[in-house]
Amino acid sequence: MSEFNELYMEVILDHNKNPRNKGVIDDHTNHADGHNPLCGDKISLDLIIENDTVKEIKFTGSGCAISTASSSLLTEHIIGKKTSEIRHLFEEFHDLVTADKSDTDNLGKLSVFEGVKKYPARVKCATLAWHTLIAAIDGDREVSTE
Amino acid sequence: MIKKEFPILSKEINNKPLIYLDNASTTQKPASVIDEIQEYYECTNSNIHRGVHHLSQKATEEYEEARKKIQKFIGATSSKEIVFVRGATEAVNLVANSYVNPLLSEGDNIIISHMEHHANIVPWQLIAKQKNIEIRVIPINEKGELVITELDNLIDKQTKFISLNHVSNSLGTINPVEELIQKAHRNNIRIMIDGAQAVQHMKVNVTDLDVDFYCFSGHKMYGPTGIGILYGKKEILDKMEPYQGGGDMIKSVTFEKTIYNDVPHIFEAGTPNIVGAIGLGKAIDFIEKTTLEKIEEHEMDLLNYATQKISKIEGVRIIGTSENKASVISFVMDGIHPHDIGTIMDNLGIAIRAGHHCTQPVMDFYDIPATARASFAIYNTKKDIDKLIEGIEKTKEVFA
Repeated sequence: MSEFNELYMEVILDHNKNPRNKGVIDDHTNHADGHNPLCGDKISLDLIIENDTVKEIKFTGSGCAISTASSSLLTEHIIGKKTSEIRHLFEEFHDLVTADKSDTDNLGKLSVFEGVKKYPARVKCATLAWHTLIAAIDGDREVSTE
Repeated sequence: MIKKEFPILSKEINNKPLIYLDNASTTQKPASVIDEIQEYYECTNSNIHRGVHHLSQKATEEYEEARKKIQKFIGATSSKEIVFVRGATEAVNLVANSYVNPLLSEGDNIIISHMEHHANIVPWQLIAKQKNIEIRVIPINEKGELVITELDNLIDKQTKFISLNHVSNSLGTINPVEELIQKAHRNNIRIMIDGAQAVQHMKVNVTDLDVDFYCFSGHKMYGPTGIGILYGKKEILDKMEPYQGGGDMIKSVTFEKTIYNDVPHIFEAGTPNIVGAIGLGKAIDFIEKTTLEKIEEHEMDLLNYATQKISKIEGVRIIGTSENKASVISFVMDGIHPHDIGTIMDNLGIAIRAGHHCTQPVMDFYDIPATARASFAIYNTKKDIDKLIEGIEKTKEVFA
């Protein structure tokens, strides 16, 4: 199965199987629903943002392995971060999965998604959670990746 | 070996020989079709129904010859009943706008089914909104078959039209269209059958069926994209409003009064897809040379083989289990999203479709976001299916 390792890295498979931070936050300060109409992936994010910093985040939804793992890894990665940092991270992440050269210094574990670059049809799967996150921070309730 | 007639099938994808199992989306094209298209542009290219010069005459002849081939292919009584359109989608839109829309008053209804392609849902919604009418839906059962008895409950005096598919693109179900057409006619309702997934698999005779409208796309039957057919009974077409205005659909134009052309030209405004029509004619030659009997027999053999093999794999469920199916298998795998199945298959050089197949109501019925779908054509082999099975096993391994 070596031929699939570049896309379906162990970390991705693990987070797909055992997603972290799944659930809802009843007293959330921010919330958004994301939808990828092309493949039917859906994600809902609940956040508690205080002093411009993400204190807590949880997600629910259904999607492919790439989108589920991306949601899970994202939630782990952004807790405690400033919203301005998060916006910058999204840019880096977007470059990671689309551009030839990318600066992955701040991405840490998220760099496991580099393999997505070779699968243009799957970029939206990897970025759905990020688009939804930015929408939640901006106070938008819904986002669609088309 | 029929595969050899299809140049693309000897190519490699991701360094693996291509196994093409996405035929319900579009079939590959035989060399005879590809060569005909090239030859047309090299030797015949000209506009039709216009010039007196040699090439224009030749192009017109070839275009009209293709119309006759299609007429014979579906058993229509006249080539005037064959309208060239862009595809089945445009055919539905044409009928919705030019035939059904003028019939409608507020409170009327039209009937479709739960297993329709979006192309046989959305055009009706567009006119329903305009005319404030209701769309009624024949339900399906767990096997993915129409619950035909429900049709009697849906039909009333205000039912103005019925439009149903012949074969479901996501379930493979072959609908008993004869019975449906008879039922419609007993109630004095005209009916359209969308045959986009039928004509490439089985013999269809529109005269025997006594269907009012029938449509299909060229590219799903070994022909080029951008060409399709609307069949309509001449007496109905004769009374219909034009669909689009432009050149070729008129006899004379002044600013005061325009006289429209006769059928079928009245529905073919502008320079049509000439080479598409001619290419489709060649595709029909290919089908007739192979014979639909052989195609059907071969595809049924593949369908049974694949169904048997897939049914044996633990954690895999086939969606659409009607007794009467065309060579289409939709399936889902426990805990694995169809897109992940599609990507693994792609890595192995196997092209399948993953998604909702433009039939979101079907996905909602089964409460699934999508399916993986393998669909077979005359050039597929049992070896291709063995590769598909390997792909499913590999997918299970990766996501174990």
